[in-house]
Amino acid sequence: MTRLIRNGAYAEDIYAPVADDAALPDGAVIVSLARFQKERDALLARNTPIGVRLEAGQNPELLGADVSHFSLIALEFPKFRDGRAFSWARMLRTRLGFDGEIRAVGDFLYDQVNYQHRVGFDAWEVPDHFTLEMFQRALQEMTNVYQPSTDGKKTIRELRAGR
Amino acid sequence: MLNTLVKPAQPNMYRYDEFDAQFVSERVNQFAGQVARRLSGELTEDQFKPLRLMNGLYLQLHAYMLRIAVPYGTLSSRQMRKLAHIARTYDKGFGHFTTRTNLQLNWIRLVDVPEILRELASVEMHCIQTSGNCVRNITADQFAGATGEEIEDPRPLAEIIRQWSSLHPEFVFLARKFKIAVGATEKDRAALQWHDMAVQAVKNAQGRVGYRVMAGGGMGRTPYIAHVMNEFVEREDILAYLEAVLRVYNQDSRRDNIHKQRIKILINTIGPEEMRRRVVREFEELKRMGTLQLPREELDRIAAYFAPPNFETGLSDEMPDAGPDFANWAKTNVHKHKAPGYAIATITLKTPGQVPGDATADQMEVIADLMDAFSLGEVRVTHEQNLVLPHVRKKDLPAIYAKLKELDFASPNSGLITDIIACPGLDYCDLANARSIPIAQKIARKFEDLDRQHEIGELKIKISGCINACGHHHAGHIGILGVDKKGVEFYQLILGGSGAEDASIGTIMGPGFGEHEIAEAVERVIDVYLKERNPGERFLDTYRRIGMDKFKAAAYRESQAA
Repeated sequence: MTRLIRNGAYAEDIYAPVADDAALPDGAVIVSLARFQKERDALLARNTPIGVRLEAGQNPELLGADVSHFSLIALEFPKFRDGRAFSWARMLRTRLGFDGEIRAVGDFLYDQVNYQHRVGFDAWEVPDHFTLEMFQRALQEMTNVYQPSTDGKKTIRELRAGR
Repeated sequence: MLNTLVKPAQPNMYRYDEFDAQFVSERVNQFAGQVARRLSGELTEDQFKPLRLMNGLYLQLHAYMLRIAVPYGTLSSRQMRKLAHIARTYDKGFGHFTTRTNLQLNWIRLVDVPEILRELASVEMHCIQTSGNCVRNITADQFAGATGEEIEDPRPLAEIIRQWSSLHPEFVFLARKFKIAVGATEKDRAALQWHDMAVQAVKNAQGRVGYRVMAGGGMGRTPYIAHVMNEFVEREDILAYLEAVLRVYNQDSRRDNIHKQRIKILINTIGPEEMRRRVVREFEELKRMGTLQLPREELDRIAAYFAPPNFETGLSDEMPDAGPDFANWAKTNVHKHKAPGYAIATITLKTPGQVPGDATADQMEVIADLMDAFSLGEVRVTHEQNLVLPHVRKKDLPAIYAKLKELDFASPNSGLITDIIACPGLDYCDLANARSIPIAQKIARKFEDLDRQHEIGELKIKISGCINACGHHHAGHIGILGVDKKGVEFYQLILGGSGAEDASIGTIMGPGFGEHEIAEAVERVIDVYLKERNPGERFLDTYRRIGMDKFKAAAYRESQAA
């Protein structure tokens, strides 16, 4: 089983993941990019929150102007070594101006949560044994950072200048 | 000890402030937690592997190997003494300087690693990103700050890149490793064009200093020379530009075949023109955002750490007369310094018979004393696995030479045929197909005679024990690649490579030679060179002029090559 951590707390997942060949249930859904592209107009006409799940090899720019229609974009880690989604999240937050939920799904490690947080993820689908306490600890292991990123955290260079 | 009254000198190099110190110390604790989770079984070896690699910890044939970062090759005497202490306390009393100017310890216990990292942190050192699929230790010209040829000292930018790339959240799970080098002279001592990305300080037509950025070089099974991505990036834009290259790489590199995931493959698949186009798009966006812009004050602030030392004036610029042995050493191992009366001295860790790049704890400590007494407390590690005393008064050279003789590090062979690069090979490495070290030793012994070495002149032999090419065989004037054929080690000869400003990829001669034949084959190749060369030609020049045929015919004349 998995649980959802959003904005630092357990959260209810209102989105139903829907397989490409399954009927759409009522309410909020997450669909694949392929299904979205195939059923775009029908999906947008439903007037319920809609999320899309992108595979690691799917550049969010494939969503084009439709990116604004989504309230959730789930970025998949097929295996934890595949770090493409770190760049996708950052691109969503900057170039594409996406301000909805960016959710990490798939195979990622405790040790990656802080990096995900920095580049723009704000929700995590975690296994049951992954506690909130672990989540908080993951974000606190390293106090300061050397590089600017999506989180807007002050860099060490800025902290030095402010001394 | 040379002189117990000599106090450890603090060279002009980067010093941690409280932010760097806290960063490294928290990183040590983080890794200690990861080790504890591995030992308790919470992390599988598969999950632990990328985490330990990002801290320079490999599992080798016999034990764990720990790779300690020596950023841009610069070490203080205090750091050198700490390395000696660690080698003695936690290893078998020696370490191995590598082609990425790091130090490897080959017999480490996992449980000791957190303590070793704490010891390193106490002298402002770490193992962060010395391995794994991330930005590796930044390398630079070993003559930085000492040679008069440079446009600027490359180390401040290297330090800025080090900080920017340390735990960069977007780039710690890249498709493959990513190596960056920085240079600032026309003459290339840092093998720039063989790097995933390289930065070279240049002046534009208006005389303004900026950076040429190259990318897509690499060794391994598919060697490539780097393409120029941009001839002139303004100073304040350089981090934004480097981040743009890395972002395109992270987004667009293949992830389905480990042998095709380096940036060289991406660039040579889509073409350098398309790569530049993608990079420019990211770069312009980053520049507009402005957060990575590098203000002049920040460059100056970092550069101040590396300020030129107060060189003594009024020194004689004459080379001291201290006998023929010294004169031989001075001829090859002493190089021109920018300050009158000073010199740069290379300590080759390559006396014939030695393991290239190895130094014992005792030797490291004596070198630390030499650093304090004669080189303002500083040494550089070179990608050719040697050490360099960057700021030496010429009048002190005979004393240095005498001490190096006691250490057996006084071979006058810098840049000569016995100054061989070799990877650890099958004696240590899990990936190797063949041994490298004994071959290096055998060749060095064969050409031990000094007059003969000087007669042959500049010749770079580089030996790798497998196609991963840690011994840079593609870039050797003579490269040697160890291969395994049905359980027997064979060695292929590769001619015509270069890691310098005239970079080129060597050509494989043909089938490999047996381990008892390879040194003789090299000798036959050298004989062809001596016979064919025009006045002033290096081996590489002659090869480029006459091609492979004569060398090949001679090399195989008496061999049972397989």
